[in-house]
Amino acid sequence: MGLSLDASVALIAIAPFLAAILAPLIQSLAGRFAAWILFIVPAGIFIVLLGLAERVVAGQTISTAIGWVPSFGLTLGFFVDGLSLVFALTISGIGALIVLYAGAYLRGHRHLGRFLAFLLAFMGAMLGLVLADNSLAIFMFWELTSITSYLLIGFDAGRQAARRAAIQALVITNIGGLCLLVAIIVMQQLSGTWLLSELRGLEGVVRDSAFYGLVLTLVLAAAFTKSAQFPFHFWLPNAMEAPTPVSAFLHSATMVQGGVYLLARLTPVLGETSVWTGTLVAFGSVTLIWGAIGALRQTDLKQILAQTTIASLGLLVVLIGLGSKAAIAAMIVYFIAHAFYKAGLFMVVGGVDHEAGTRDITALGGLADKMPVSFIGAALGALSMFGLPLTVGYFAKEEMYLAAFGGDWLAWLVLAVLILGNALLAGIALLIMIRPFLGDALPTPRKPHEAPIAMLSGPLILGGVAVVGGLLPEWLGHDVLAPATLAVLGVEAEPHLSLSFDITNPVLWLSVITWGLGILVFRQAHRIRVLLRRAELAIGWTADRAFDAVMFGLIRFAGAVTRFLHHGRLEIYLFTVFAMLGLALFVPLSLLGGFDWIVPTADLGDWSKRLVLPDLRIYEWGILLFVLVGLLAVLIAQSRLIAILSLGIQGTGLALIFLLFGAPDLAFTQLMVEVLSVVILTVVMTNLRLDARDHRPFEDWARDGTLAVICGAGVSHLLMLVLTGTFDSRLSDFFAKTSVPVAHGANIVNVILVDYRGLDTLGEISVVMGAGIAILALLRRRNKPAIAARGEP
Amino acid sequence: MDYILAALVGVFVALGVYLLLSRAVIRMLIGMVVLGNGVNLLIFTAGRVTREVAPIVPEGLETPAGAFANPLPQALILTAIVIGFSMFAFLLVLAYRAYQSLDADDTDTMRLAEPENAPQPPLSY
Repeated sequence: MGLSLDASVALIAIAPFLAAILAPLIQSLAGRFAAWILFIVPAGIFIVLLGLAERVVAGQTISTAIGWVPSFGLTLGFFVDGLSLVFALTISGIGALIVLYAGAYLRGHRHLGRFLAFLLAFMGAMLGLVLADNSLAIFMFWELTSITSYLLIGFDAGRQAARRAAIQALVITNIGGLCLLVAIIVMQQLSGTWLLSELRGLEGVVRDSAFYGLVLTLVLAAAFTKSAQFPFHFWLPNAMEAPTPVSAFLHSATMVQGGVYLLARLTPVLGETSVWTGTLVAFGSVTLIWGAIGALRQTDLKQILAQTTIASLGLLVVLIGLGSKAAIAAMIVYFIAHAFYKAGLFMVVGGVDHEAGTRDITALGGLADKMPVSFIGAALGALSMFGLPLTVGYFAKEEMYLAAFGGDWLAWLVLAVLILGNALLAGIALLIMIRPFLGDALPTPRKPHEAPIAMLSGPLILGGVAVVGGLLPEWLGHDVLAPATLAVLGVEAEPHLSLSFDITNPVLWLSVITWGLGILVFRQAHRIRVLLRRAELAIGWTADRAFDAVMFGLIRFAGAVTRFLHHGRLEIYLFTVFAMLGLALFVPLSLLGGFDWIVPTADLGDWSKRLVLPDLRIYEWGILLFVLVGLLAVLIAQSRLIAILSLGIQGTGLALIFLLFGAPDLAFTQLMVEVLSVVILTVVMTNLRLDARDHRPFEDWARDGTLAVICGAGVSHLLMLVLTGTFDSRLSDFFAKTSVPVAHGANIVNVILVDYRGLDTLGEISVVMGAGIAILALLRRRNKPAIAARGEP
Repeated sequence: MDYILAALVGVFVALGVYLLLSRAVIRMLIGMVVLGNGVNLLIFTAGRVTREVAPIVPEGLETPAGAFANPLPQALILTAIVIGFSMFAFLLVLAYRAYQSLDADDTDTMRLAEPENAPQPPLSY
């Protein structure tokens, strides 16, 4: 099979994993050049994807399928359409820059190889997620992004904060992952297909079913946890514990966009209902405003960016919820703009932190002189975030206002929320660009100097693309937005992006209002921060702390359950075991009518027949009595010695029973064993200082006695029922018939033991030998009390 | 006849269970033996009891002449008796060593593996 262009799609999803496996090796061989070598993989993927772009722009869908579990009809299909291409290009493109950046950022770090491995594995999972056709594969990659993200957030595992953030992200996103799995299974049951490409063609099969509400809830739970929507937003700022390359890649441009991708992908299946629009717009709006306000509260640059990421994710969800052509086009262009500027800004912030030793916005100033290139990178990103014309961010803002403009009062409300959110974000953009870089120089822990080229290339390239994209509206609209919108909505829609400014266009004035408000926010940032801090203190309770409460509650609950079940009291364990035996003896039998004989229906004559004494001979009665006396003596024995001797009585009696009823071999063995047992017990146990009697409080006595009687009666009853049944003697007859002719032995029991079941007997001998060895080991171990060994007196 | 044996099995089992529920290790040992005997008798009885001869083919014959006791349960019980004895011997020595180490034969005081106040799982990350 030649490697066709379509099959290369599958290769794209696999290559990062291969690179991840090799990364530690490459790191140990190539040292500081490892990142440059590994850079080839994402860069190569990016180029291959670009090669597919032409066909996608022409409206084609490129798909490939390889057998996964053919016996279940499962294929691991991949397909590329406008939407997945935009995501995949963003992931691989930014991923390539991040690999370079990480190599420089963690230069000389002991575990750089491991870090690059995690990073590449994550990229593979993310690419798989956006390229997969099979919904089970999507779930698999979805969970893989959670797991790799967990590894990356907790990369600095020595710090408790990192461990906590990692566990938090894993728990929250995995809850969503499990919801997604259920939703996927329900959708498959409804539609009969695992393939998204087929599911999207089946209009209304999920939407019109009774399970629509369930599926929608589950899918939203998955998307909202992954994409940090309110009220699941709190894990994202905590994930900033990860090294900056991770924050720049996972928690701005890629992983958190997984939920956005899922919602966009499932729009044709679940969307276009009022529930869909209402829920997404409501949650997205709250998230947008919440995140933007949260960003203003912070002084840590990374935290500010993390909070704005939450806001941007909310914005994307609002746009998907609106679901019109303009809204989807706005969603795509905003996704691109955000990914570029956010990754770039994160990288700049990481550089500042790296070179100046702090990332506190109040402690930085005037860095533009010392780090001019970083400043250019920051400015390019921040201006795109601000939404200035000539950047991609401008078009994103224009498109989304257009999407929400005109309509009923709800649409106006959404528009107001969008303007407010964008204005807050614009103010924060100015803050990030101006505060650390302009103004008076402040003393910093380290003497700031320019970051290395590998750390600068990212922000510069991303910022540059943001501007180039902003200069080419025609290309952006036709080659990027149109195919992606087609992929989401299934209808041709080409947004007309334009750089011509028409002052009669109200949308332009909305932009102007946004900028004005943004500048106002920037000027008042300090005052707003003080106010918000005060409010935060007044409330004093956050979702983040609720998470701790839930987790610790879970641990306490687990501890309590363990202690309840695993209490360490042997007699209660045994009581539970025998109580279960009692239940097993009575409950199933009573359900199957095993006790019907107790209530004789009509024929009383039959009942009386059962009371006839069996034809036991007098000496047989005597032996039975002997056994019973032995048993009773064991029970009531006043001393240990009597109990042991009584044990011998009942054993001997049993041997006599065997002898009477045609089992001399058994009788001899039983007798010998019994004698041995009594002798050994007497020797071992009578010279110990032990309580002579079996002390039990009355309630224990009553409890144990009742259970014992129940078990005994149950076994007797079961045996009697067995005896009333017919007896299948085929096996016994076979042994009797073949014993002499085939096995040449007259004693059938012995023939069975050593011939027919010879291996069984071998096992039995092994058990005896094993027990012997264990006994020997126990006895030869010198007296060293365990208590002394534990250091107690 | 076999109903009487079935009732006897019940007595064996009841006594075995009662002794196993004791806190004294030596009573538990005795309980193990009694319960084992009860189960052996159960297998024996379930294979149907006859007052007939042992399952031995007389000299010169190919198959047993006339009725004979069921050999299959006997073979099973023979194995069970031996294994039961091995287990009894092992448990006895174990109890003996436990007594030597802990100076007790009360299971409530034997709590080295599962201490009375096990610590709470740690409440941190």
